[in-house]
Amino acid sequence: MSELTNLSLSDARAKLRNKDISAVELTKAHIDAMGQIEGLNAYILPTHEKALSMAADSDEKLAKGEGGILEGLPVGIKDLFCTKDVRTTASSKILGEFLPTYESTVTANMWADGAVMLGKLNCDEFAMGSSNETSFFGNVVNPWQRNGDEAALVPGGSSGGSSAAVAARACLAATATDTGGSIRQPAAFTGTVGLKPTYGRCSRWGVVAFASSLDQAGPITRSVRDAAIMLESMASYDVKDSTSVNVGVPAYEKALTGDIRGLKIGIPKEYKMDGMPEEIIKLWQQGIDWLKQAGAEIVDVSLPNTKLALPAYYIVAPAEASSNLARYDGVRYGIRVAGDNIDEQYANSRAEGFGAEVQRRILIGTYVLSAGYYDAYYVKAQKVRTLIKRDFDAVYRKVDLLLTPTTPSEAFGIGENINDPLSMYLNDIFTVTVNMAGLPGISIPAGISANGLPLGLQLIGQPFGEETLLKAADVMESAAEFTALPQLMAK
Amino acid sequence: MSLIQGATGEWEIVMGLEIHAQVSSKSKLMSGASTAFGAEPNYQVSLVDAAMPGMLPVVNEFCYEQAVLTGLGLNAEINLISIFDRKNYFYPDLPQGYQISQFTDPIVGKGVVSIETADGETHNIGIERLHLEQDAGKSIHDLYPSQSCVDLNRSGVALMEIVSDPDLRSAEQAKLYVSKIRTILRYLGTCDGNMEQGSLRADVNVSVRRPGAPLGTRCEIKNMNSIRNIGMAIEFEAQRQVDIIEDGGTIDQETRLWDVAKNETRSMRSKEEAHDYRYFPDPDLLPVVLEQSFVDAIKARIPELPDAKHSRLMKDYGLNSYDANILIAAPENADYFEIVAKSGSAKLAANWVTGDLFGLLKKRGETIENSPISAIDLGELVGLIDDKIISNKIAKQVFEYMLETDDKPGKIVEDKGLKQVTDTGAIEKAVDDVIAANPDKVAQAIEKPKMAGWFVGQVMQATGGKANPQAVSDMIKAKLGL
Repeated sequence: MSELTNLSLSDARAKLRNKDISAVELTKAHIDAMGQIEGLNAYILPTHEKALSMAADSDEKLAKGEGGILEGLPVGIKDLFCTKDVRTTASSKILGEFLPTYESTVTANMWADGAVMLGKLNCDEFAMGSSNETSFFGNVVNPWQRNGDEAALVPGGSSGGSSAAVAARACLAATATDTGGSIRQPAAFTGTVGLKPTYGRCSRWGVVAFASSLDQAGPITRSVRDAAIMLESMASYDVKDSTSVNVGVPAYEKALTGDIRGLKIGIPKEYKMDGMPEEIIKLWQQGIDWLKQAGAEIVDVSLPNTKLALPAYYIVAPAEASSNLARYDGVRYGIRVAGDNIDEQYANSRAEGFGAEVQRRILIGTYVLSAGYYDAYYVKAQKVRTLIKRDFDAVYRKVDLLLTPTTPSEAFGIGENINDPLSMYLNDIFTVTVNMAGLPGISIPAGISANGLPLGLQLIGQPFGEETLLKAADVMESAAEFTALPQLMAK
Repeated sequence: MSLIQGATGEWEIVMGLEIHAQVSSKSKLMSGASTAFGAEPNYQVSLVDAAMPGMLPVVNEFCYEQAVLTGLGLNAEINLISIFDRKNYFYPDLPQGYQISQFTDPIVGKGVVSIETADGETHNIGIERLHLEQDAGKSIHDLYPSQSCVDLNRSGVALMEIVSDPDLRSAEQAKLYVSKIRTILRYLGTCDGNMEQGSLRADVNVSVRRPGAPLGTRCEIKNMNSIRNIGMAIEFEAQRQVDIIEDGGTIDQETRLWDVAKNETRSMRSKEEAHDYRYFPDPDLLPVVLEQSFVDAIKARIPELPDAKHSRLMKDYGLNSYDANILIAAPENADYFEIVAKSGSAKLAANWVTGDLFGLLKKRGETIENSPISAIDLGELVGLIDDKIISNKIAKQVFEYMLETDDKPGKIVEDKGLKQVTDTGAIEKAVDDVIAANPDKVAQAIEKPKMAGWFVGQVMQATGGKANPQAVSDMIKAKLGL
């Protein structure tokens, strides 16, 4: 870990503008860092040449005092984002060596703002997973380890490559996507900040779809300020995405005033789950105290339908996925495994191209949409979704934000949950409600477990209330003074 | 009611139609790709149409404007909120693996159109709904022995599916219904109605029953693209079903195809093979929410429709229903007629337009928009007949000259000296000459007044056809005391 790679995005930005460092220098340092953490398997496609050429362009602009808000800043891109002429796979075998002829809106926004692409980051296949173990390119290893235990841990998922690379100082920030917690849970597992914006804030155009009504792009960073800067670039109204919302993009960084006096923070009682580790309950209380000390008002609230969210999510998300993934049929792009007829070709290609978890979800999704089951599952799950939204609507008449733990546990070991989908799905219990209601949520590193692993707290905001959300997260971040480094970095 | 006479008694045919009409629009329903017919395979395919990863549909607003306009033209309810659903199935010409359609909440609800059968009866046919959906691409299986090819030019083109109630009772009614819908769409400019190019296709659901009995099991004949074939397929299919039932069999619900070569329907797939389409609302799209003011603005744009035009032509021009029907088949026909009728009698104008002009267009394979004779010129010609300047017979010669020379009819008549002889002295002389030369015929004519016609013919011949036949006839009758 070099001094340059340990900079926050905002500090690096200041040094670039002051010409203390050059973008090429900064990029080279990150390329070195990428080499040192190859064992984590965070990057599945480094794009060093492209990075250096983009950095050189940025230096030219910076020299003239020009450049966008991310000018010269090296970032990693989750492989769910289509990048023009750069292989995009969604970490699935089925896409083969797919080269998009187009650039996702989110990454196009970032390149227009001057960001430098270091490479494509590993993730769970089609973003389906909570541990980054479902990737065709193999699992990602968390740079954090338990005290005195070298067992490899998961970095969370699905954005495990993003969280591991940011935590391991192999990029200043990374793009990620969150369908049920895929930004916030890996952030919590790696001591990073993960921001899932309001549904419709960032365009989904050019992002490989998992569950269209839930998917939302956002950043993983090492500070709340960095998350604010990244979001400002990533967010936009996009006519190419009908679910994108035409709301102006504020200067999020300006919202970080440090003043949350009078802000009302709700504590939903339903998030106190049976069997939740004591240290997570304690951390939650600690978060409450920090906010209280900063002048916020704490209000106990109830979100009565919380327990229905996870089962409903695991109907809605697979249902949409089963349909969204139908296009991977071996006909136009990606891998094709021949058969004697078209049905066999479909079956062979999809059996070969999709991993077990993706196949499981396609089967679940196909089942819940089938004639005779549709009303009992899909329609009912949508009703639950409406109830969950109403819960939040009611609570937000009383409070500005909600505070909860991000995950019910610390990072677990590789292989521990992979054969137990139900335990794996439970990882999303505190995060899925936010996706079901389309709200913004952020996870910040708030403490260290007895095992020496990071733990996260989640703030949940109101629709398009990212400014308030970031302001409170910034205050909590200052109070938490989380400075611990992953064991891998400390060595 | 037209019934089938079976061996065991009478049978009634019951039919409902699903018409797929391609929306007239420059770009597709969910993408900006062109919809022009006849392009090279796969040259009109956007990233969305090819279902590339991460691509998203965006509804082409013009297409739902067209659907609303059509709905209003079918006297139907417009649903201010409609929803796009996904219809999921795998096929190589369906790149997304689903068709975007409208299942539970279509953009247009119940409506009605009326048809008039040859017996002069009017039948109201209920429209159940109209919804928007994407067309699929085209699979081509006969280019290579072991491979199929896919052309995605049509993939994503906007279709309106117009579903009728099971109100149709005969092949004649079904044909009139399709023809009526096609005419309305053409009037509205929402579909060109070109069945040969596939812009309009119909699926026909046919069942038979004893008159008044509950509905029988239906078979669906898919993808009919000619009105004539629709009639033939219905007659074949109804008879097939009657024969099966009368032989003690039962009808299996299935999808059938019309075999143009063999003139018969054959099974395509049974109900058991039917897909489970797993419809659900497309999460990439928001519901289409329309303002009443938007609908009202479209309503204000509706042109005069066939039924209204038919009544008006009969009322204002005194045409019979038959002529009016021919003239309203396309709005351009009626427009042309109305210009012609400005200069002469309506009946004469109708005869010339539906007779000589349509005959000419058909012979030359021309459309009325490109007619070699303009409506104004034909009007002038009809005016000349009406003013008794030329006879109808001479007018046909003038019509031929008009085609050859592009000259105005008045000029042709002048130049060629075709004016009717109005000089009564000259006519009288000719009449007198013929009478004088044919005393035997005069005797016959006094016995049999119809013989007067023979004298008229002789006089016309003597005057080179330029005498007014009516004037000649009157004069002959007077002279012979008939």
